[in-house]
Amino acid sequence: MIDIYNSLAGIVGEQYVSNHKEERYFYGRDPGLTPPHEPDYVVMPETPEEVQQIVKLANKEKIPIVPKGGGLALTGLVVPQKGGIVIDMKRMGKILGVNEKSRYVIVEGGVTHGMLQNYLKKHHPKLRHSIPDSPAIATVVGNAVIHGQGRLTQQYGFNSDMVSGLEVVLPTGEICRIGSCSISSQHWFSKGAPWPDLSGLFLGWFGTTGIITKLGLRLYPCKKMRDVMVFLTDKIELVPDIVLKLTHTEMAEDIVLNEQPLPPRMKGNIYILTIITGDSDEELDFKRKIIWDALWDIFESRDGGFLSVPADMKPPLLEMPSRDVVRFADVKKGGGFEYSGPIIPLEKYPEFITKQKELVSKYNLSYSATSRVIAGGHCMMYAFAFTFNRADDDEMDRIRKALREAAQFTVEQGGMMWKPTIEEQEMIMEKMDPNTLNIMKKIKELLDPNGIMNPGNWEA
Amino acid sequence: MLQLNFDPAKCAVCKTQDCLVKCQYLRLDKDKAKTEMQKIINGEDSFVLHDCATCYACEEYCKMGNHPFYLIVERQEEKGILPAPRSVATMWVNQCEPRGRFTVGKVEERALSFCSIPIFPFWVTGKLFDGIASSYIMGEEFFCNAVFLHYAKMSVIKDRLPKAIENIKNLGIKELICLHDECYGTFNSLAPAYGIEVPFKTTHYFEYLHNKLKELKDEIKPLNVKVAYQRPCSNRLSPKTQHFVDDIFNLIGAHRVKREYVGENALCCGEVIRMGQGYKIADDVQKRNMDDMVNAGAEYCVFNCPMCYLSIGDKVTKRGLKPIHIIDLCKMAIDEKPRPEV
Amino acid sequence: MKEYTKQIHRCFRCGYCKFPSDYSDFNCPSYARFRFDTYSTSGRLWLIYAWLKGEIEWSEHLAEILYTCTTCKNCVEQCPMKFASDIVDWIVAARSDTMEKEKGRIPPAVSSFLEDVYRLGNPLKERGRRDAWANGIKRYETGDEYLLYVGCLGSYDESGQRMARSVATLLSKAGISFGILGNEENCCGNEVYLLGENELFRMLAEKNVQKFKELGVKKVVTLSPHAYNTIRNNYPLVSNAYFEVYHYTQLLRGLLRENKIKPSGHNAKVTYHDPCFLGRYNQIYDEPREILQSIPGVELVEMERSRENSFCCGGGSGNFVTDLLAGSKESPSRIRVREAYETGADILAVACPSCMTMFQDAIKVEELEDKLTVKDISQVVAESL
Repeated sequence: MIDIYNSLAGIVGEQYVSNHKEERYFYGRDPGLTPPHEPDYVVMPETPEEVQQIVKLANKEKIPIVPKGGGLALTGLVVPQKGGIVIDMKRMGKILGVNEKSRYVIVEGGVTHGMLQNYLKKHHPKLRHSIPDSPAIATVVGNAVIHGQGRLTQQYGFNSDMVSGLEVVLPTGEICRIGSCSISSQHWFSKGAPWPDLSGLFLGWFGTTGIITKLGLRLYPCKKMRDVMVFLTDKIELVPDIVLKLTHTEMAEDIVLNEQPLPPRMKGNIYILTIITGDSDEELDFKRKIIWDALWDIFESRDGGFLSVPADMKPPLLEMPSRDVVRFADVKKGGGFEYSGPIIPLEKYPEFITKQKELVSKYNLSYSATSRVIAGGHCMMYAFAFTFNRADDDEMDRIRKALREAAQFTVEQGGMMWKPTIEEQEMIMEKMDPNTLNIMKKIKELLDPNGIMNPGNWEA
Repeated sequence: MLQLNFDPAKCAVCKTQDCLVKCQYLRLDKDKAKTEMQKIINGEDSFVLHDCATCYACEEYCKMGNHPFYLIVERQEEKGILPAPRSVATMWVNQCEPRGRFTVGKVEERALSFCSIPIFPFWVTGKLFDGIASSYIMGEEFFCNAVFLHYAKMSVIKDRLPKAIENIKNLGIKELICLHDECYGTFNSLAPAYGIEVPFKTTHYFEYLHNKLKELKDEIKPLNVKVAYQRPCSNRLSPKTQHFVDDIFNLIGAHRVKREYVGENALCCGEVIRMGQGYKIADDVQKRNMDDMVNAGAEYCVFNCPMCYLSIGDKVTKRGLKPIHIIDLCKMAIDEKPRPEV
Repeated sequence: MKEYTKQIHRCFRCGYCKFPSDYSDFNCPSYARFRFDTYSTSGRLWLIYAWLKGEIEWSEHLAEILYTCTTCKNCVEQCPMKFASDIVDWIVAARSDTMEKEKGRIPPAVSSFLEDVYRLGNPLKERGRRDAWANGIKRYETGDEYLLYVGCLGSYDESGQRMARSVATLLSKAGISFGILGNEENCCGNEVYLLGENELFRMLAEKNVQKFKELGVKKVVTLSPHAYNTIRNNYPLVSNAYFEVYHYTQLLRGLLRENKIKPSGHNAKVTYHDPCFLGRYNQIYDEPREILQSIPGVELVEMERSRENSFCCGGGSGNFVTDLLAGSKESPSRIRVREAYETGADILAVACPSCMTMFQDAIKVEELEDKLTVKDISQVVAESL
């Protein structure tokens, strides 16, 4: 019987492996509502080779592995369902280089969004990346792997669409390169096109098909100034049209919608925040006018209007990442929130708001309905977000029920649950075209024949 | 049911129709002004009700004290005419709703009112507010509610203002020093216009500052700066307080530049106009206002109202002027630091 | 203290506590050292809550996690929540609570620290006189303007003693009326407070306050920011006697402004490390910088993480003795001296004897002795006269 602990210590060094109760407790939980499942070991490698050795060991001994970044999906995706080894990737924190002309960066598997933003501001101020609203400790790879969204998603798609290459440790221990870097280690400008796009075997699979140790990420122009325009309407049914008009202008960076009962000034309206960027006042003024003109009819009809935001109230709206997002967790003075954030077509927005209010009333919950427009309006992320006091079991239970109903509603409406919990994954797989599901099963079996990779997830 | 003290007979004998003739946005001649005003008095529709910029100026222009602007607001509400998008009005109604939160200091018979503006506590420091800074009231429970004049919501004012006055009275306040010009205007113009009794003395903070500066006369070092004054819309409700601006400036050595848009001809900050009428009118108003300040050679743009300050302070900076609230300007004159940047 | 049990579950483990404001690097010293999420503030708070609920039992490992927090307050500075200012208080309260409930099963080095303070009056295992370094320094007499409070490191640690002499010399040169307590001085108790030993802290504080009152002390100026912090902020919790408390950099700045000390020149590139107990604890950031910038020839360069984002030397909460964060190239003091070196500075200026001793050791281990020197601010000034 092999001594796993000492084998792991032999790979990463004793100070970077733990089987203490404390680490197992903490890494067996996340800030959301997923029931805890503790790993047997937590290990922190520094190189792809160390990751490879861990994976080979796990494969040989048939021990589950869960790669973990920031652990901030809130839907329990890195809570190890079957024990085993949690690999905390954050020691692999090097930014390997930026190609300014082709606008991409290559990062190791544990680089945080916060550090990437800082690095670019300091060394490549004309470039930026699509930073999500999750706290700064969220990793670039983790966020991409769950198809996260960020400040540039309205313009350029999911954060995973911005991936430009991968280095992956397969479940069977081989290291391989995906995309343009598969034929040239220096060029990381494409994750697949114009060839068969193998990145699809890894993005969105929650670590069940391999561990990403390097990632290429597209960067985008960083303008000198940013400003926010706030449009309010009390007519839910107008929202899809408003978003269509806004996105038609092609002037916006991020477009985020908020509907929530608190603070009092937000009650009764839907807040549509449009962020604009520019290298000069003239550029910003121009964009402001185009956006005003786009919504002029609605403004004139009095069904919606722009709110003049005082200068001192703008920074929280523009902040990257937005700290206000985590403050939602303390509304009940209890340190918790979780959300179901389905991806839905724009025209379904009114139905989803209506459903949320129904759930809030039925289960007596504190909520926020946040949405982000994706890829010029081809779809949007709608968040059924609820905040709870983690010392109130009854409240947590009511939210679990509400989220379950929200997920069922999403399935009925043809929406796609984003970063689905295990339970939601089952709902999806039940509704999915059986032949499609079969492909997923085959891929998993092919890549992970021993079923060690984050087991419990996407199990058809 | 509160009724506006409006007398049609006064309008009937009015020779000038100044209310609408002097209007900076509608620019009507005397005949047109008389016709439209009559429609409004009669309760008929008029384009005036739709195009009003809600700048409050006609309250000042009317030499009969007949409250043309309050009448306009009443008619707008009766007819469901919205001077701004509904959602913006809703935002204000919800934001300012009293919710049992009494934010008070060590309230004495003489107290400061911060209205509902959270910047004020940072400003009332130093010798100018020595001995009174801790005696204050702030928040929705004491809010003057005048902002609803911009949103055709006189009914909200009628509902909430008497309660706010009651709350102030219940604290035993005998003299309220209004730091927000709009509160002073509410208690001295809006409340009487509806027969609402104000059972305490109100002092405009200009008067308070002027008296305080006189006390500290020996500590004043003349600033020797050129200033432009940004007159807020609310000051149209209490035009008699305008002389204090010059009194204060004279004491502290601030030289007021010669402007076109001054006194009765002043231009408001424009942000309420932006939300109600759109960017074209607002941009025009702001450009003319700031061009005027710059062309007159001002170094500072001195604000009375913090909302004006927050709305256009940045824009004024971009035009090369230094935005400053009059309280901070007075502090500079007695060698005290202005408030830390929020 | 019990309040923390009702609040500590509010941590959302968002992780902002790990970073400085600009996310340039990890700024929590214990997280930077150990890298398990459990060693960051959110880990600590979740584990304390788990212990309170009985979900985990007290253990040596949990004790290590709890006591490797240097109470630097980076988390207090960065946490976006309304309870941010309470976080370190919760950790200190949990230390008291666990010490009581787990019958003192704390890391041996911490036990030893507290016992030494109790029995010897200092944590450095020194048995000699506290004023052995202080030849020629006047003892405080009633009527002297300032009591110069030297502290344990200033009294017994070699570099601390050099600091003490240098400060005392400058004050004398400037004609300031002051004296020291000499052998009658007691440990200030800052670390004892932070380690959660309330009774011992109370005893030390009351003894010191009694001594100050007897001598009619009105103004105290301290060598160490630790003493500054505790006498100013924690002593009023146990006594209602009032003293004006200063850190020596506050006085020194005044003396330079009034030309009572006139530095002539010192050609050097200097970077200044903000100590936690002056900076984040008490918002004193400008005085030390003004002092350095008033010396002709000194070029002040800032480290990337400075002022409220300063990266803790790793010495707080008694760690300058217990050394719980030692033993790795990622020990905080080593990280920090590498950061100082990268600025191109010749001198790493400090205002705290604890930072001084941590950095001197780190510079040796990092083999930077020829390239970077740690000096206390008073020494930089003294050398420029």
